Amino acid sequence: MASIEMKNITKIFRDAKRKRDLLAIDDVSLSVEPNQFLCLLGSSGCGKSTLLNMIAGFEKPTGGSVTVGGKPVDGPGADRGMVFQQANLMPWLPVWENVAFHLRLKGWRKADRRAAAQEYIDMVGLRGFENHFPAELSGGMSQRVGIARALLLNPQVILMDEPFAALDAQTKMDMQEELVAIWQKQRCTIVFVTHSVDEALVLGTQVAVLTSRPGRVRELIDLDLPRPRDITSQQFNDHKRHILNLIREEGMQQRKETKPDSVAASRQGAAA
Amino acid sequence: MTAIGKIWERFAWERAVVPLVILVAWEAVSRSGLLPAALLPPPTVVLHAWGDWVFGFDETAQANSGRWFADALSSAMRVAAGYAIAAASGILLGIAIGWWRWVERTVEPTIQMLRPVPPVSWIPVAIIWFGIANKPAIFLVFLGAFFPILMNTIHGVKTADRNLIRAAAMMGATEQQLLRHVVFPAALPSIFAGLRIGIGAAWMLTVTAEMVAVKSGLGYVLWDSYYFLRYDLVLAAMASIGLLGYATDGLIKLLMSVALHWQHGSTLQSREG
Repeated sequence: MASIEMKNITKIFRDAKRKRDLLAIDDVSLSVEPNQFLCLLGSSGCGKSTLLNMIAGFEKPTGGSVTVGGKPVDGPGADRGMVFQQANLMPWLPVWENVAFHLRLKGWRKADRRAAAQEYIDMVGLRGFENHFPAELSGGMSQRVGIARALLLNPQVILMDEPFAALDAQTKMDMQEELVAIWQKQRCTIVFVTHSVDEALVLGTQVAVLTSRPGRVRELIDLDLPRPRDITSQQFNDHKRHILNLIREEGMQQRKETKPDSVAASRQGAAA
Repeated sequence: MTAIGKIWERFAWERAVVPLVILVAWEAVSRSGLLPAALLPPPTVVLHAWGDWVFGFDETAQANSGRWFADALSSAMRVAAGYAIAAASGILLGIAIGWWRWVERTVEPTIQMLRPVPPVSWIPVAIIWFGIANKPAIFLVFLGAFFPILMNTIHGVKTADRNLIRAAAMMGATEQQLLRHVVFPAALPSIFAGLRIGIGAAWMLTVTAEMVAVKSGLGYVLWDSYYFLRYDLVLAAMASIGLLGYATDGLIKLLMSVALHWQHGSTLQSREG
């Protein structure tokens, strides 16, 4: 049984300013097997975050269905862990309280929360920073706390929305490596949204290349590259070239489609 | 420099300089005879009357001699009672208005209409409802402190980061838990801003409340002394209220620095130099 099943998802946004409906996602079907690492790759505005938010339960599809572990998603919940683009830590809680926030909600005693948090703090390499407040952490450290917080839920599914986009190149590479190590150890399913081809190819067991406006799955690529992934290898670059070609084609097609339209629109504007 | 000298330099000097300049200038003006001495008594005379009011050594303060602590206490109790009710109800209602749209729609228009009504204008109804005792005074103090606390709490709740709410929802928080573990702490900096404005407003209303409704307290002594043209006591009462207000604000600031210690280093506290 698939961990995550998305069937014929469509999403229509109402554009209030232009008074028309916008087809953001058009008939996307994806199924993610347990322990897979799926990267949703696409440019901004292609609906990849919207898809992730549907699995998280923050947004509802206009049509189609999303199930996680066989159960339809009907709202956010602790059976799925989520790591956001910004770490979204509670600024009034120290690191360990942020990691153990879920246990606080469950009414655990302080000493038990503290003990439970330590395992995950160690896992993301933050030993020694337990009592720091979020304002005292760097961007990379904040994201580590966010990851530890998601791992503590011990979820079958972890959803990640461009978690490393705001980090510098070196930190990003370290974090990617550690994430893969954690994923291999924890045996969970990860859905990872990114706009970076390299990142998708370094992390994923599968990469779904999405097109823009409306969002569709252009191609689902299975990656069987050995780990740790060598970003200078022949195979890696073959995949990269292939994906970049897909993206380029898509861009050209879009420009062709939108150009006459925009010219017509500007003519109309001039006439008016 | 000695240790005491250093402490003096660090804490007292900067704080004392403005009051000292005012006192010296005031002393000079009132001794110069521009105004009748009874209407602008110099600080030394005020201090003398105040001293007797506090310690009762030579009956300068007449009937009030030695009664300052009792007066200060009864004013402080009224402020404490009215302020506590205002803080509890202002924070709770503020969170409800900020969080639930239907509460905002049903309650807010009424509240915004009541807000500009001057607390003083409530005196007639307060006396009818509560009689002449502590209750109408407490009610007026409550009115003064309630609205700033309420408005700031609403603001704090509405400006809470919705990403934090999403993060908590993702960890399985119920609505009640969101309010308690996310919305309330997120609104706390604003709530404290309201509490600080509120404590000032509470002291401001002691005089008004004690003028008419009760026969004790600093405000009562102030108004009573005015009838007898004891301007030294009037000024001593004003200074007493100012000092107590300053002290209670200091307490709230202390509480705030404990509750919001996580903000240190992330916000502009105050710049050196």
